[in-house]
Amino acid sequence: MGSRILRTLLTVAGASTLWLFLAHNPSSAASPESAQIVIRDFMFQPMSLTVKAGSTVTWTNADDEPHAVVSDANVFRSGAIDTNETFSFKFETPGTYHFSCSLHPRMVGTVVVQ
Amino acid sequence: MSNEPLLQSRRNALKCLAYGGAGTLFALSGGVLTPFDLAIAATDKSGRGKVGVPLFVQISDTHIGFSKDANPDVSGTLARIIDLVNGMSEQPALIIHTGDITHLSKPAEFDVAQQLLSRLRVTELHTVPGEHDTADPAVTEYFSRFGKASGNKGYYSFDHSGVHFIALVNVLQFKPGGLGTLGPDQLAWLADDLKGRSSSTPIVVFAHMPLWSIYEPWGWGTGDADQLTPHLRRFGSVTVLNGHIHQIVQKVEGNMTFHTARSTAYPQPAPGDGPGPGPLKLPADQLPKALGITSAMTVKQSLALTDTAIT
Repeated sequence: MGSRILRTLLTVAGASTLWLFLAHNPSSAASPESAQIVIRDFMFQPMSLTVKAGSTVTWTNADDEPHAVVSDANVFRSGAIDTNETFSFKFETPGTYHFSCSLHPRMVGTVVVQ
Repeated sequence: MSNEPLLQSRRNALKCLAYGGAGTLFALSGGVLTPFDLAIAATDKSGRGKVGVPLFVQISDTHIGFSKDANPDVSGTLARIIDLVNGMSEQPALIIHTGDITHLSKPAEFDVAQQLLSRLRVTELHTVPGEHDTADPAVTEYFSRFGKASGNKGYYSFDHSGVHFIALVNVLQFKPGGLGTLGPDQLAWLADDLKGRSSSTPIVVFAHMPLWSIYEPWGWGTGDADQLTPHLRRFGSVTVLNGHIHQIVQKVEGNMTFHTARSTAYPQPAPGDGPGPGPLKLPADQLPKALGITSAMTVKQSLALTDTAIT
């Protein structure tokens, strides 16, 4: 019993730490609860990404040209992301989220939230 | 009217001399749009007399806020353009800006652009937004400054000197994975706008993205632009202008001349040359040439344009 409570406490503590970590380091790739998409050469890399509900996805623009991430269903819209800038969005609800670049609409990608 | 054979036919109604990569100047002569060279306007009085009164200057893709290596001083190059336009011995009636006024849709960028453009002696300025002007999350910056003419829709029309001008917006309804889009509402408005107009009215259509497909893998086109043709075909002189691709491309189809203007900010690669349509960085001594402000460039391009304009 005691060890189960301890384990629960540790899990809660771990989750809290993780939450704090995510809140302060939204662009980190160290945790499975955050994921990265790099924009390079007018492509989202990777083009498709699968994450757990509650995960934060961060887009980083590595091009010399600004890009803007816009969800097809208008769930999120970044505004212009200039070179080396980032945009993050936390996906709370499971589903498939298609997005494109509003400056270069042939650039498309997908985030699947499980 | 000039004896210049190129000016004799309404079918050849519009030729344009790309000037310096900075502005493309068109002139109205005998009721049709004919070419005019801004360099001549500034220095050669006989040239000016030959082609008539300048009607408008098209400026495009000023990208105020851009500061990368391809041109660290886009405000400076725009200021030089404005000085050149202001220095014309005869001022055009109006200025058309075909979009990407700013680089990132930031309020400060719009402020700088407006301050610079307000230095133009010609105060009648007509604009359409580029996708760089509508990249703010709420898409409000452009319309709060330039939306009045269109009731915040982006598209509108007006008349000047017997020419009917139509401003279209093709950067607001992107279909993911697709090209620019005009959309059914705008197309219906256009049909209504043209209804009852005399076919002899010269028409100038301007938008930001090309209104024909130049290079689809880079999105250099407008998906439903072919639906413009049935409305425009009956007019004797139709000129379709755009920016967006930072280089001159022209085609002629019957009475319709399509022409893309260059940027005042930086060049972009030729279609398909490289991974994408990013800023093209040239050696410093090459940039002014790419922006076309040498007379050799002007002569070369005027010849090229004249060749493609003859049907």
